[in-house]
Amino acid sequence: MHRGKGMKFVGDSRIPAERKPNIPKDYSEYPGKTEAFWPNFLLKEWMVGSVFLVGYLCLTIAHPSPLERVADPTDTGYLPLPDWYFLFLYQLLKYTYASGPYNVIGGFIIPGLAFGGLMLAPFIDRGPKRRPTQRPFATGFMLLSFASVVYLTWESVDAVDWEAKEAMGAIVEEAEIDTNSDGFKIYQENGCINCHGDTLSGGAAAPSLIGTGLTPEEIANIAKNGQGGMPAGMYKGNDEDLVKLSEFISTLEAK
Amino acid sequence: MLNKIYDWVDERLDITPMWRDIADHEVPEHVNPAHHFSAFVYCFGGLTFFVTVIQILSGMFLTMYYVPDIKNAWESVYYLQNEVAFGVIVRGMHHWGASLVIVMMFLHTLRVFFQGAYKKPRELNWVVGVLIFFVMLGLGFTGYLLPWDMKALFATKVGIEIAASTPLIGHELKVLLAGHPDIIGAQTLTRFFAIHVFFLPAALLALMAGHFIMIRKQGISGPL
Repeated sequence: MHRGKGMKFVGDSRIPAERKPNIPKDYSEYPGKTEAFWPNFLLKEWMVGSVFLVGYLCLTIAHPSPLERVADPTDTGYLPLPDWYFLFLYQLLKYTYASGPYNVIGGFIIPGLAFGGLMLAPFIDRGPKRRPTQRPFATGFMLLSFASVVYLTWESVDAVDWEAKEAMGAIVEEAEIDTNSDGFKIYQENGCINCHGDTLSGGAAAPSLIGTGLTPEEIANIAKNGQGGMPAGMYKGNDEDLVKLSEFISTLEAK
Repeated sequence: MLNKIYDWVDERLDITPMWRDIADHEVPEHVNPAHHFSAFVYCFGGLTFFVTVIQILSGMFLTMYYVPDIKNAWESVYYLQNEVAFGVIVRGMHHWGASLVIVMMFLHTLRVFFQGAYKKPRELNWVVGVLIFFVMLGLGFTGYLLPWDMKALFATKVGIEIAASTPLIGHELKVLLAGHPDIIGAQTLTRFFAIHVFFLPAALLALMAGHFIMIRKQGISGPL
């Protein structure tokens, strides 16, 4: 590189007037099969990236991201759960000597030691040896931590009733219901309300009746003959009312 | 034509040395999966970066629809998910990317750890890497609240209670995150939005720049 006297610049700037050739270095004298990052290796890296991206997109299409019903701070029955990568910490806080009066142990000291140890690993494990078998303490502690995180996450996942949790968070469809209509009165008198609820949105024992997409005839058939967990003969009124009831239910649409 | 444009810019700004600094470096044989298949473990760091770029891009598109207030946050996500063209894909990529980035970063950390690649002279790069790990966990935690659905609200309640158990500064930390000593509500949502979209990404980009400059300066660690 030219320095000092005799340097030429572009105009009054500090850009040197002498152009450098834009050619890659020669890697043929490097050890082994060393190759240039640009463009040789980057092309291969892109291939790995594309395969990864295809898998990623398949995952996205196969499992749309979940959305539960809008947050309701007054719902005390909801089972809180953090995202999966915090479950190990959440589980740790359930144990006797890591919660309640010992909360500071589970919430601060143990994670602090683990993450502090991780951060300071180069200053704790200072020897020149690099192979895992030559560093039994470093390898051992990492395997132990890894096993604990896997175990705690597993315990946490195992303790949850995932179907019940999904039901707790499910988006409930609501419909505008005219409670003075004949249909609703028949619905009430025949005891349909006991299982399907006063908002017709279903419950633990029965599905929602909103937006079923069924014709009145199909609904009348189910009311008389039952379906799934619903036994036959639940409807005890006359046929005229049944027509009204099934028409009322078939017109219910979510807001 | 392109060459002429390049030369025109190069004459004025001398970009060739910069470009050679970025593009020109060697890839040793032991990290190249084309020569040793087991070298695929060296891909984890690059894939973490790849997912991070996707997270930034998909996040930018999500903010075109997302509204960070408690009345409209859930509605806007619901609209994005069900009405907007490809909204379900963009949100899906951001949702799954958040998990993938943690997985890839974890694998990258294990690779570096078990190979002892953090030893002298690479101690500082390891420390910066662990800081990136914390920032990513922070991004995951703050992003989880934003859809303002049931799991978001209650997971954040749990998380903030854990933060509050920190000795000495627990209460202050809780107020800083939640914006109120008792309520997880409107303040919390806007704070988490600001942290998720401005504070942590800024920290992340700075740390990643440091991470990459150090790798380039020191070169990749040698074979075991």
